[in-house]
Amino acid sequence: MVEQEGIRRYVAHIILWIGIAIVAFPVYIAIVASTQDNALIANGQMSLLPGGHFFEVYYQTIFVGTSGSTREPVANMMLNSLIMALLIAVGKIAISIISAYAIVYFRFPLRMPIFWLIFITLMLPVEVRIYPTYKIVADLNMLDSYAGLALPLIASATATLLFRQFFMTVPDELLEASRIDGAGPLRFFWDTLLPLSRTNMAALFVILFILGWNQYLWPLLITTRDDMQTIQVGIRKMITTTDALTEWPIVMATAVLAMLPPVFVVVAMQKLFVRGLVETEK
Amino acid sequence: MANVTLRNVRKTYLGGFEAIKGVNVDVADGQFCVLVGPSGCGKSTLLRMVAGLETVTGGEIDIGGRVVNQIEPADRDIAMVFQNYALYPHMSVFNNMAYGLRNRGMAEAEVKSRVEEAARVLELSAMLERKPRQLSGGQRQRVAMGRAIVRQPKVFLFDEPLSNLDAKLRIAMRVEIRKLQRRLNTTSIYVTHDQLEAMTLADILVVMNGGQVEQVGNPLAIYEKPATTFVASFIGAPPMNLMSTRADEIKSQLGGSAGEAGILGIRPEDFVITDQTPSGGVAMSLTVEAIERVGAETFVYGAREQEDQRVAATPGELPPGEVIVRIPGTDAPAIGQKIRVAAISSKLHLFSGDGRKRIEA
Repeated sequence: MVEQEGIRRYVAHIILWIGIAIVAFPVYIAIVASTQDNALIANGQMSLLPGGHFFEVYYQTIFVGTSGSTREPVANMMLNSLIMALLIAVGKIAISIISAYAIVYFRFPLRMPIFWLIFITLMLPVEVRIYPTYKIVADLNMLDSYAGLALPLIASATATLLFRQFFMTVPDELLEASRIDGAGPLRFFWDTLLPLSRTNMAALFVILFILGWNQYLWPLLITTRDDMQTIQVGIRKMITTTDALTEWPIVMATAVLAMLPPVFVVVAMQKLFVRGLVETEK
Repeated sequence: MANVTLRNVRKTYLGGFEAIKGVNVDVADGQFCVLVGPSGCGKSTLLRMVAGLETVTGGEIDIGGRVVNQIEPADRDIAMVFQNYALYPHMSVFNNMAYGLRNRGMAEAEVKSRVEEAARVLELSAMLERKPRQLSGGQRQRVAMGRAIVRQPKVFLFDEPLSNLDAKLRIAMRVEIRKLQRRLNTTSIYVTHDQLEAMTLADILVVMNGGQVEQVGNPLAIYEKPATTFVASFIGAPPMNLMSTRADEIKSQLGGSAGEAGILGIRPEDFVITDQTPSGGVAMSLTVEAIERVGAETFVYGAREQEDQRVAATPGELPPGEVIVRIPGTDAPAIGQKIRVAAISSKLHLFSGDGRKRIEA
């Protein structure tokens, strides 16, 4: 970047800081609220400084749950969310890399129609096909199970397209060299294509993990038991509207906890991202 | 060790395009065969057919007495060096070379000794643990060679292996490849569009054009007696001067020896600047238009006094009426000066009017 002198640089920095403040403030409020006494928040007297109830609130949130609406400890919800998000992310990557491999490297009847079929499913997200999908999952007795949570979300046209585009940039000579080196289709896939796709897989994993983690509508529909509840559904259930008092510190603590795994995944995978960007060689 | 025989090999693509129109070539055991021609002449396609990367739609490819048309590339006992090297980017140099051996289930000790031997020969021993991206172009090229030689195949196939290197390295590697091939004594087929590479490497040179073989033979024999005007202008740099025998000046000098010939060819290096006309030879007057001094020699571009009809020859063709004369040293005539050049009768090449046939005077 071109070095800017004096006042212009300060203006740029001030604008950036304002942007950061706008993004960070709600997060700060959530953290602060999660450490205060519920009565204070309910009275509208919430302080902007952290309160003294950090440990007890988080202990109760993680291991006990709210005293009212749903009594499920958040640790269990997080485990459910984690299993679902991992199943979705890993499943999507596995399915789509295999189908992209088939579409790019093999000539079989109806190859292009099949490719277009996959492509068209982009236009049918879960929300659109939710009733038939629910019916199928219910008929297969997969309600209230991890399979029911993850399987219907695993098929991914986006990831298939992404891998297809990547495979098409891999030089044909690599395949030819592999053929001469005595590597069959499976060998080529394992020994050459998968290692080369590593950074793509990491990038996709981040996106898909967050996508899975943030699922709300589908888990809400197909889980009825409290112990199968995911964290996103759990947060919503904690905010009662009618008779009981919403336990805001616990709700906020849950929100903060719900943020942590995606943040962790992004931070942990960032290194692979950067390395993937630096290694331009194909 | 094996000979490679192509019998009437053809390749027609699905759309009906005929890339290879019946090629017959016989490469004896241990020979270095070079396929040369302009881009699009089918030389790479032909090589890839020998490798098994392209299907054969007609004829037979025979490697070591076995017709391999239907055999997978891995089972043809060949090794190939690609133009872009096609090294596995995620594998170390060692693994790049070892991959093909391990896939064949060779014992790890044998793999190690073969790779280390190849690395020693190619001076790669210090880089076995590096990744291809950490190597220079020349080193990558050597790894690609190493991957071929560890296999100890019957045939090496080279697809323009030097064209991604800079000029100096290309000459060095050219010599390396030749020495290596001599020592291993492995039958080799080498594709290039560079006629100098072709001349210096080949035991047997195959000049291709438009999916057909124009001429096969010893490189010097081809240089001395090109069979068609295409070969005449493709082999040798700068290209052979081709002119119509119907131009008055030439017609009168050739006299009866022209016969049915329509085209006269004279190589730039066979011209001498002289006022005399050798008996049976051809002399002509030129106006000097351009001079190229390259140090040891100088190329004089001259225009003939009289324009003659255009002579058909495709690559490296000179504009009608232009003649290149090569003279040793740097002592050249001035631009605009009129000079007289001559060539003796044994240096004249005569071709039929369509350029497809050589005519011996």
